[in-house]
Amino acid sequence: MIAELGHLALAAALVVAVFQTVVPLYGAARGDSTLMAMAQPAALVQFAALILSFGALTHAFVTSDFSVSNVAANSHSLKPMIYKVSGVWGNHEGSMLLWVLILSLFGAAVAAFGGNLPESLRARTIAIQGMIGIGFLAFILFTSNPFERVVPPPIDGRGLNPLLQDIGLALHPPMLYLGYVGLSTTFSFAVAALLEGRVDPSWARWVRPWTLAAWVALTAGIILGSGWAYYELGWGGWWFWDPVENASFMPWLAATALLHSAIVVEKRDALKSWTILLALIAFALSLLGTFLVRSGVLTSVHAFAVDPERGMFILVLLAIAIGGSFALYAWRAPTMEGGGVFRPISREGGLVLNNLLTATAAATVLIGTLYPLALETVTGEKVSVGPPFFEATFVPLMVPLVIAVGIGPLLAWKRGDLAGALHNLWAAAIIAISLGLALAWLQGAPVGAALGMALAAWLGVAVLTELADRIRLFRVPLSSSLSRAAGLPRAAYGMTLAHLGLAVFIVGAVGETFFSAEVVRYASRGDKVEIAGHTLTFEGVTERAGPNFNAQVGTFVLENGQRLESERRFFPAEGQQTTEAAIRVRPAGDLYAVLGEPADGDRWTVRVYHKALVMWIWVGGFLMSLGGLVSLADRRLRVGAPAPRRERTALAAAGGDD
Amino acid sequence: MRRLFALIPLAAAVALVAALAWPILDGRNPQELPSVLLDKPVPAFDLPGLEPGAPGLASADLAGKPVLVNVFASWCAPCRAEIPRLQALAGDGVTVYGLAYKDDPVATRRFLSDLGNPYARIGVDRDGRTGIEFGVYGVPETYVIDGSGVIRHRHVGEVTDRVAEATLVPLLKELEQ
Repeated sequence: MIAELGHLALAAALVVAVFQTVVPLYGAARGDSTLMAMAQPAALVQFAALILSFGALTHAFVTSDFSVSNVAANSHSLKPMIYKVSGVWGNHEGSMLLWVLILSLFGAAVAAFGGNLPESLRARTIAIQGMIGIGFLAFILFTSNPFERVVPPPIDGRGLNPLLQDIGLALHPPMLYLGYVGLSTTFSFAVAALLEGRVDPSWARWVRPWTLAAWVALTAGIILGSGWAYYELGWGGWWFWDPVENASFMPWLAATALLHSAIVVEKRDALKSWTILLALIAFALSLLGTFLVRSGVLTSVHAFAVDPERGMFILVLLAIAIGGSFALYAWRAPTMEGGGVFRPISREGGLVLNNLLTATAAATVLIGTLYPLALETVTGEKVSVGPPFFEATFVPLMVPLVIAVGIGPLLAWKRGDLAGALHNLWAAAIIAISLGLALAWLQGAPVGAALGMALAAWLGVAVLTELADRIRLFRVPLSSSLSRAAGLPRAAYGMTLAHLGLAVFIVGAVGETFFSAEVVRYASRGDKVEIAGHTLTFEGVTERAGPNFNAQVGTFVLENGQRLESERRFFPAEGQQTTEAAIRVRPAGDLYAVLGEPADGDRWTVRVYHKALVMWIWVGGFLMSLGGLVSLADRRLRVGAPAPRRERTALAAAGGDD
Repeated sequence: MRRLFALIPLAAAVALVAALAWPILDGRNPQELPSVLLDKPVPAFDLPGLEPGAPGLASADLAGKPVLVNVFASWCAPCRAEIPRLQALAGDGVTVYGLAYKDDPVATRRFLSDLGNPYARIGVDRDGRTGIEFGVYGVPETYVIDGSGVIRHRHVGEVTDRVAEATLVPLLKELEQ
């Protein structure tokens, strides 16, 4: 009964979405305030209907109602409660339902907090949001009904893929979707602006917080996914350039570019047409990601829920969304005049360089991801271009970007002084170069490692230099510096944190790539494994029963007596096996031990890795995400802050930046 | 001019959607591609093994009985997917040789210890030269080579159950007689 209620609510949401699209658009075209004002209640009702629907599906999972075929296929009565709940989105139908729920959440947020937007802009934005909703609600109702019943219901469910029964992966999809779908808001704003034929700084002031919110969630989602792959897949990798990963990385790159170009629109009224295009591209890449993940057109290591038949439906949605919006862009964008002019060497110039490099990087990843598909179309071959391609193309783009990130914030608006900025950065340059040389000569590190660490040091010191420069540290009395520090806008701290996060991330990525070690060998009880200055004693294997699995536990004892336990878990319901690595986390590097296949007699294959500096990868990602959050908390950007006040602080901050 | 520039994203989007739609609309499953070397002897090569002391793979090893030569790499997702199928084939008595194409031996070893090793012999083609001589465009590719070292069939892409049952196994049986 509750499942049918959920189905009904889903259908109701579709009807409301149609209303939410048609009425406000018509009202905006006619200039009719009453019709335009219909957008807000419609968006809120659609959100309420989808909460009801999502709640109904969650109820079916929590109560293990196996008469719902989706529950029977993806859950099991013995599964721990948290994975019963996360099982709701651990499958195709449920994850699409989560997708539209978040979509309607953002629509409702624009409705609730958009009080001081121009009424036609708000009406059109909410209408476009509704239009996206129509497409995906129809997709769910017609091809992926999560509430379908089975007769007769099975006695127990088939279980969730054991790899997905993990806390990291319980949180990863909702975060990622918040990011993916959050970009729909910027897309709707961009389309609405194109319909209005007008982009002004107030538009950019509205778009930036939404982009920032999506970007924060996307960053966190990617980091969670990467962390999950690291500890759960049992090979200690953290990024594989896999199509599914690239699917989330491309929108991230586009959103990063958008975040920066929106600053130029806001502060200098320039780059409007490009910013609109980026907003369209960022969401187009999110849709493309959804398509790639859901259609199974590309082979992936973690394609968990694929179905080629559904691919066509999403592709049609993709075609309508990007075809329609890009056509609108081709029609309207040429009439949008650029505002402020600037020299190539200026803050704007730095942000344009950021945009060029990140957009090129996104294009590179897109080509690398789709090249196998294109090749298959043309010649009929199925290939995988793999990390060699991405490393050869992506890394050279990132080197100038990282150098520029250090310099850009020190340049003034309109016309910057490169020599002056570089003069400020002498400390960063000296530290970076001496660190690089020391690593290469004294430690005999590979050139790539020395270069990477030097870049990270450059960026880290440059970011701190910029902060010191802002508060005039050591140039005015300390108390005066401190009061300046207290007066800095939160957006400034946000930028500092995020850029610092990038430096920390580079340390981790370079360290893990170049300084890791591994030992693979057979071991029997009492054997010692030496790695990176540590000695691990293998204590043999014992059996253990979990809630819905049986495990073989391999124990390794460290020289200080610390026990590391790696498990091979067998899930009888699913007939699958997973590996739980034993990981000892330290800033200098993780010890990562995995129990492998049993060999002859009492010998087992064991793999022990020292993953140098790997923790810095996630700390860096977390700092980036945190920087976004801090920036989002800036009063200027805060959604719903009183308008006149916002105007004044924005002006003050813009003046203070010069 | 501005108008023309503004059309570029639209053109790119149309091309992208067309490229994505093609494989779905086009019902065929074109995973087979004749090799330029089809029905010619394998190119001469002699590759080192994965570990010191382990047997490598050379063209001389391909004489005697029909074998499969599977070109793989640890960084390739379809390769990961096809390992269990190759293991099943090896379990049924088919000799499967591996060519580790442009891959770090450490990564290859890890790949095989994670997924299992179906290969009777592995040749490490670190710089991809032998692969190029075979005409490998990408991984995975699988070659059927008869007892006299002649390439009889080339399969591009993942060895699926269907490919194994409908093509590779019958061809190997036929060649054995």
